[in-house]
Amino acid sequence: MAAGLLTLLAALSLFVTSRPDPGTYFFIDDLNIAFIVLNTFVGFTTSVFSASYIAHELETGRLNSANIRFYHAMYQVMMFGMNLAFVSNNVGLMWVAVELATLTTVLMVGIYRTSEALEAAWKYFILGSVGIAFALFGTILVYMVAQPLIGEGQDAMVWTILVEHAPDFDPALLNVAFVFLLLGYGTKVGLAPLHAWLPDAHAEGPTPISAVLSGLLLNVALYAVLRFKILLAANPGAIAPGPLMMTMGLVSLIFAAFMLYGRRDIKRLFAYSSIEHMGIIVFAFGLGGPLANFAGLLHMVMHSLTKSAIFFAVGHISQVKGTQKLAEIRGLTVTHPGLGWGLVVGVAAIIGVPPFGIFMSEFLVVSSTFALQPLLAVPLAFGLLVAFGALLLRLTEVAFGEPMGSLAPVKASYAPMFIHLALVLTAGVYLPPPLVSWFQHIAILLG
Amino acid sequence: MNGFVFDIAHLLAGGLVLVSIMMLYQDRLYALLNTFALHALILTLSVAWQAYVQDAPHLYVTAAIALVFKAIIIPVALHRIIRQLGIHREIETAVGVGLTMLAGIGLVALSMAVMLQVTSEIDPLAREDLAFALSVLLLGLLMMVTRRNAVSQVVGFMSLENGLVLAATGAKGMPLVVEISVTFSILVAFIVIGIFLFRIRERFDTVDVEALDEFQGDRR
Repeated sequence: MAAGLLTLLAALSLFVTSRPDPGTYFFIDDLNIAFIVLNTFVGFTTSVFSASYIAHELETGRLNSANIRFYHAMYQVMMFGMNLAFVSNNVGLMWVAVELATLTTVLMVGIYRTSEALEAAWKYFILGSVGIAFALFGTILVYMVAQPLIGEGQDAMVWTILVEHAPDFDPALLNVAFVFLLLGYGTKVGLAPLHAWLPDAHAEGPTPISAVLSGLLLNVALYAVLRFKILLAANPGAIAPGPLMMTMGLVSLIFAAFMLYGRRDIKRLFAYSSIEHMGIIVFAFGLGGPLANFAGLLHMVMHSLTKSAIFFAVGHISQVKGTQKLAEIRGLTVTHPGLGWGLVVGVAAIIGVPPFGIFMSEFLVVSSTFALQPLLAVPLAFGLLVAFGALLLRLTEVAFGEPMGSLAPVKASYAPMFIHLALVLTAGVYLPPPLVSWFQHIAILLG
Repeated sequence: MNGFVFDIAHLLAGGLVLVSIMMLYQDRLYALLNTFALHALILTLSVAWQAYVQDAPHLYVTAAIALVFKAIIIPVALHRIIRQLGIHREIETAVGVGLTMLAGIGLVALSMAVMLQVTSEIDPLAREDLAFALSVLLLGLLMMVTRRNAVSQVVGFMSLENGLVLAATGAKGMPLVVEISVTFSILVAFIVIGIFLFRIRERFDTVDVEALDEFQGDRR
């Protein structure tokens, strides 16, 4: 927890200190500062939550003290991997960092050692490693494309140098490279045809891990996709990356929205909701242009905050009720008002009820779609409404209705959950102008 | 000299693809492991040849790691696991051998068609290597998809990694960072796999992934 706080402070210091020049391995710009601050903030609050969550697991004997030490060590390694991915200027190093973060989460997903947890971890591992392989192959192709122009060695993998030379790259090979990178990192983002690992990993691992998976790891992979999208956009001869990303985004959104109806497990429900929101975000970035990029960025921040808050609530709920089955959780607002109302507020925020931040970002996504591609706004709005209905249906059952299950009071840490929700609410009501201009600046950078 | 250099590299990379296809029709675990060891051996030769051709000493390290780690340690370790579990009999395949072979041939043709078309501007040696590497990668993937047994999925994954190493070494002057990362990831992958196999054995006394699927029933 202390380590989390220190990293957060270090990340905030990036605002005030002057930026170092891009080196061979590391660099800092507006885009990755935004990601790092979000990452370290959610990482810190999740460590507060996991302290109480894991303590409860120790009491009930689901984990022993060796598991706990392992868990906390892995958690810090994962945070290191994610931050390394953000600051790296070298596409090879970025790949290593993303893999480090992924492999540590594989280990943490399997930590309960039940057959379900093992199966989830195995599935995650197999699909994740296919993603790993594709992303590396794409990275190698990027090097091959850059090598004739930049020369052999280290320089041809440095992102800032790559972007400078991007207009002269061979477009055909660059296209193939991007397809591999999109498939590889897209597996990690949880885009529709490659999402199968995501619900299992969310449902069977410890809940703090579900929170960081949804809130953070998906963003890391998205960040990698965005970096290469900028690279591709700089080359006039290459295919436009936008339509590819928009298609995958829309398919994920609509697919996940329908899948929400059949869920019986509360963590799986919100895992599919993560796929849905990643779909929206990828769609927005694929659409491009300052407004859509702004909306995508805002939506990503809001989704990370809200979804991790929901998982904080869900973690305590499933602990106190002793089950994750939706059918066995009823009337939460009566039995556990703090958690119940927290969940109600969180779900209201995630489905896009005003005045929460997600309403604003979804509104921006839809309106910029109308401005740029009016026809695509129809499936987009349709997907949003389907998901809205599904989550609302589940929420009324879980939060209201006849109370069921254990009534025992719960030792929950409410602070992280309500801080996140308060931030999302504030963002929906009033976005401070410096933040807006900063996001606009990044949006223009993304092209 | 140049033609000779090219021919050897071509021969080794082509051999790798051939062994990948051979792995598709192995229906016994021991035979599969032996074929995989052969795969790793050819990879070693190929990497060492690239190291010699490109005059890049650090590639010898990669070759040595491929030889010691993939051609010797992993097959031996997996042999022991199989013996301890007593699962050395037939492999359950999800798709028939004939169909798998056809799909494999299709994938090789596909990767040749794609890679040779788009890489007309880079040097021919790297170009052929890249096309072969993509074939090996896709064949490894095919093997992971068509097998149900956890051990053979792992072997499929490792042959896929071999394809990546081939691609990385074929790219002239690719920085050391990437080689380290490749071997590093294999190492980590093996640790993970080791842990998983161990835990799966603890739970089920079998490494057939079908057994895992039975637990899917109630949760969705």
